[in-house]
Amino acid sequence: MTFEVGSGLSIGAILVTVIIVAAMLIWVERRLLSLWQERLGPNRVGYFGLLQVVADMIKIFTKEDWIPPFADKFSFVLAPGIIMGVILLSFSVIPFAPGVGVVDSNIGVLFILAMASLGAYSVMLGGLSSNNKYALLGALRATAQMISYEVFMGISMLGVVALTGSFNLREIVLAQSDGWYVIPQFVGFVIFLIAGIAESHRLPFDIPEAEQEICSGYHTEYSGMKFGMFFVGEYLGLVLIASLITVLFFGGWLGPAFLPPIVWFSIKVFGFIAFFILLRAAVPRPRYDQLMSYGWLFLLPVSLINLLVTGAIILSIQ
Amino acid sequence: MYNLIKDTLISQVVTLWQVMMHMFVKADTVEYPEEMPYMFPRWRGRIILSRDPDGEERCVACNLCAVACPVDCIALQKTEDEEGRWYPEFFRINFSRCIMCGFCEEACPTNAIQLTPDFEMAEYVRQDMVWEKEDLLISGTGKYHDYNFYRVAGKKIGGKDKGEALNEAVPVNVRSLLP
Repeated sequence: MTFEVGSGLSIGAILVTVIIVAAMLIWVERRLLSLWQERLGPNRVGYFGLLQVVADMIKIFTKEDWIPPFADKFSFVLAPGIIMGVILLSFSVIPFAPGVGVVDSNIGVLFILAMASLGAYSVMLGGLSSNNKYALLGALRATAQMISYEVFMGISMLGVVALTGSFNLREIVLAQSDGWYVIPQFVGFVIFLIAGIAESHRLPFDIPEAEQEICSGYHTEYSGMKFGMFFVGEYLGLVLIASLITVLFFGGWLGPAFLPPIVWFSIKVFGFIAFFILLRAAVPRPRYDQLMSYGWLFLLPVSLINLLVTGAIILSIQ
Repeated sequence: MYNLIKDTLISQVVTLWQVMMHMFVKADTVEYPEEMPYMFPRWRGRIILSRDPDGEERCVACNLCAVACPVDCIALQKTEDEEGRWYPEFFRINFSRCIMCGFCEEACPTNAIQLTPDFEMAEYVRQDMVWEKEDLLISGTGKYHDYNFYRVAGKKIGGKDKGEALNEAVPVNVRSLLP
């Protein structure tokens, strides 16, 4: 295992930028949703409502941070920290631009999969320690969903890894200078997109926190900044999945030279975030068992066939 | 297989496209404090007490509005002036209870109590939501301009005897046998 660590300045800049972007997504999502639903959305606080996030933060910090007496205090406090930490750690291997990134590791893809698996602990602990039936149901659904969809997520990434011959995300981006992997790996891209949405439990796969069925799922009992951390953690996961799709299938920072690489990366990531929000605005939520059978009976065979065909083509070319 | 693809993929893509096209539709939102929405004349908002065309109070303190009120937010007391006209000594509406149902307006026999399109009635102090007669009375006739109860009713008041009202026949002398 080899890796190179970026400078302290760029690490700090990336950390701050990622968290600010994730927080601003609260405003972006509400504005985009209202755009598609013929409303205006938050436009009162600051120009175009840009300071809505600040207002939300002030509200959430001054709220009572209540731990229910029946909850298991240690894991209750630990759970929101896990999701933030794990997703921020995943960002360490993302190559944002040439020379911009935290760690340049040769096991980047595996590291992200490992961190995604750890993320399941956050929702599981949060739901279990709340000692609340809705939270337990939410945690049950979240755990099952995340563990199942990790399988297809990993397998759909393997096609890209096989084409590049490396687990290093930076090399995967550089290998796409001839053409983006979305064309040879279109099936893998679609599966990764679906699995990624399920992994970050966004709508339409927000079954673990389906408000209409089970309150808020695993974070029913959370309040104040602990809820805020779950909330920002969800948006961080959204940014992470969008960056991963960009890196794996859409050539990362590569693009025509009239814009700097980091801008190309941001444009692509924002495009996918907007697409995820459009999914939220348009697509209804499937039933829990439908999601499970769809994953295991449809996505798993398709992703396996995709991997086998990719491998066969690579071997026949060599 | 075809049905699966049609149901799961094509239908979803069509939905996504149609929702995205709503980007180009103007938002329905009315930005209220800057832009006032059009209030319809029959909107059931703030309650007023109107006056008749001669400038006298229309309310005859019959208590029908208070009886009709489902939340009992109207309180009034009848009194009489030297001409024999009835009018409320006090008339009090508790707007923190009022549900703007308009039953009082329907019950009112003299068109005195009326609902107006004004809805901006928020107060900081709860006691300020209780409106007295001098707050409720307006100087105009409200929605009905020509109606004057004492001019059409058979009630005898000062300056108008029995049989002198509009469309009213002179009372029959029941003790007389002659037709």
